[in-house]
Amino acid sequence: MILNDLILLKEKQQAARKKIVLRCCMAAGCMSSDSKGVKERLEKAVADAGLQQEVEVRGVGCMKLCCEGPLVAADPQGALYVRVTAENAPSIVAALNGGRASAGQTDPQAPFFAQQFSIVLANSGVVDPERIESYIAADGYQALHEVLHEMTPKEVVETMVKCGLRGRGGAGFPTGLKWGTVAKSSGTRKYVICNADEGDPGAFMDRSVLESDPHSVLEGMAIAAYAVGADQGFIYVRAEYPLAISRLQVAIKQAKQMGLLGAGIFESPFNFNVDLRIGAGAFVCGEETALMASVEGKRGTPRPRPPFPAESGLFGCPTLLNNVETFANVPTIYRKGADWFAAIGTEKSKGTKVFALAGKIKNTGLLEVPMGTPLRKIVEEMGGGAPDGGAIKAVQTGGPSGGCIPAQHLDTPVDYESLGRLGSIMGSGGMIVMDDSTNMVEIARFFMEFCMDESCGKCIPCRAGTVQMHHLLNKIASRQATPRDLKKLEELCDLVRNTSLCGLGQTAPNPTLSTLRFFRNEYDALLQPDPHGPDRTGHAHKHELATK
Amino acid sequence: MNACVAKPQKKRIQAVLAHASGDKRFKILEAHMKKHQYRQDALIEVLHKAQELFGYLEDDLLLFVSVKLKLPPSRVYGVATFYHFFQLKPQGEHACVVCMGTACYVKGADKIIDAITAQHKVRPGETSADNRLSLLTARCIGACGIAPAVVYDGTVTPRATPESALEQINQWMKK
Repeated sequence: MILNDLILLKEKQQAARKKIVLRCCMAAGCMSSDSKGVKERLEKAVADAGLQQEVEVRGVGCMKLCCEGPLVAADPQGALYVRVTAENAPSIVAALNGGRASAGQTDPQAPFFAQQFSIVLANSGVVDPERIESYIAADGYQALHEVLHEMTPKEVVETMVKCGLRGRGGAGFPTGLKWGTVAKSSGTRKYVICNADEGDPGAFMDRSVLESDPHSVLEGMAIAAYAVGADQGFIYVRAEYPLAISRLQVAIKQAKQMGLLGAGIFESPFNFNVDLRIGAGAFVCGEETALMASVEGKRGTPRPRPPFPAESGLFGCPTLLNNVETFANVPTIYRKGADWFAAIGTEKSKGTKVFALAGKIKNTGLLEVPMGTPLRKIVEEMGGGAPDGGAIKAVQTGGPSGGCIPAQHLDTPVDYESLGRLGSIMGSGGMIVMDDSTNMVEIARFFMEFCMDESCGKCIPCRAGTVQMHHLLNKIASRQATPRDLKKLEELCDLVRNTSLCGLGQTAPNPTLSTLRFFRNEYDALLQPDPHGPDRTGHAHKHELATK
Repeated sequence: MNACVAKPQKKRIQAVLAHASGDKRFKILEAHMKKHQYRQDALIEVLHKAQELFGYLEDDLLLFVSVKLKLPPSRVYGVATFYHFFQLKPQGEHACVVCMGTACYVKGADKIIDAITAQHKVRPGETSADNRLSLLTARCIGACGIAPAVVYDGTVTPRATPESALEQINQWMKK
């Protein structure tokens, strides 16, 4: 394929566009509410009404407001139907000619939609994820062509450094720096890996991106591979996401057929292949060294760094590892320029971030906002606040590695540094809202149980520490603990945090520490008085041991 | 590898291979390994396929994989036990997977589990005595927008309640 073919294909797609498009959400959330049946009925209703020439029924990716699914949107009328059933389908088609639809509607200009700023999700809910032509019609693969024919790998890395993108997997490492390190590493073979092992419970951004716009991730990976000099890529995706896996398989096959993956892409000397690796349910595999062990078919246990993957990673070769959302940002950055991207967001955190809003909140779903947006705006204005008039108590970000941000800190802008100062992390983007009925000690215990189960067992602080911390939290929750136990818990948190081998152990105490910091009264209320009196100095404890 | 294997195990491997030659599923599995050129780093892919074909990974099956990929049995067993997705015991006729991700948890997924455990005497991760129901928990199936989510025999169901879960299971039990 050459550029002319690409442009021709794009124009052909745009010319073939019918007057009216009914977009029907075909992401996993809506599929579980029978959106497939809705789509079939819509197609039948269009055929029955003899409107095939004017109306296209298109299966698209996530339309963001997951709690109201299945969603159907009618363009250009701008109607957005919610909780559509197959029975509603004929009336939706009738409504195109001025009838009344029996399905409920929501305002597509509501703050939840209007306040979003889409880069990663720009194609989500618009293009058909199972047709590469649909992605090409939305300017897809243009950035790859431009990069391959008009830029040297060095310039590609420089652009990435200039745009200021930081890793969206959680840690926020500057992407350009990572690319530069891998590009400089010497090695006959290099690899690019996409981390789609979205293990944080409560996060579903990566799943949605893969289901809604898989080609943007493939294009991003290809650009990265060109920049660092790799010819083989892997996408490590969770087995729990069967739909994402099948969409990726379709996307890879289509891209290969069109010559956009494989040998001699766009008639340049650049070769790039992508293979899928299916995870098997281990949270620790989100850690980069553990993930690479898993790609090699081994137990997913992390190893000490250095050497960093950029120097010695998969099969001992220099490896570039980025998250799904990071790669999905890449094509747009090269299409619109580094300056355009760098103008969005805050000084240190550029661009946008996708969040998966869930929990005790009115509007659950996906939202993408510029970095630095205050949490209050996301939760109260866009999310609609707690349902049934409850009050928001805390927002949990970063999953089992993050923390709970209490309601009084809701005005915090969302960026890497501000969340870090509150003892939480940006994480991959899961945002769980808790209302006043949520018991924070229970939440700390829930996350500790998770970390205990998911600890790989390689290093002792994490393997044994999480068990002991879980035991202490159990004791506190069942009202059997004394202030001494709480002190012990805090000491253990500190120890596990500072001595564990990988990120799992180092961050496992975070939910406990942050709930202790902001909701200590809930812990105190559960404590029993110490039978030996207050233990300020530890003397009482020593005395107890001596008498035993 | 066979040279350093103790005698009783050698016998067992021969028995496994003899048994495998009469079962079509082993042929499909071997074709899958061939597709991956018997590469040792394809172990997880091979185990996925094995579980898909056999439902669970019994010891002899793991031994078969280890012989074919020329890996020590300890390595295959180590990988199979490391990942939650691989089942080493037979599963019940029906599987009910309750998502225990954070969003589902704060919306009451634990109450769904408690209700099923109380009525059907089966704890998470176990299969009922009559082998009809397996109750499993998932870490997060990424369906947080429709929490709490329950997967009945592979079908994701949104906004579940203890009542709706018990009703579905009772329907299975009636058949």
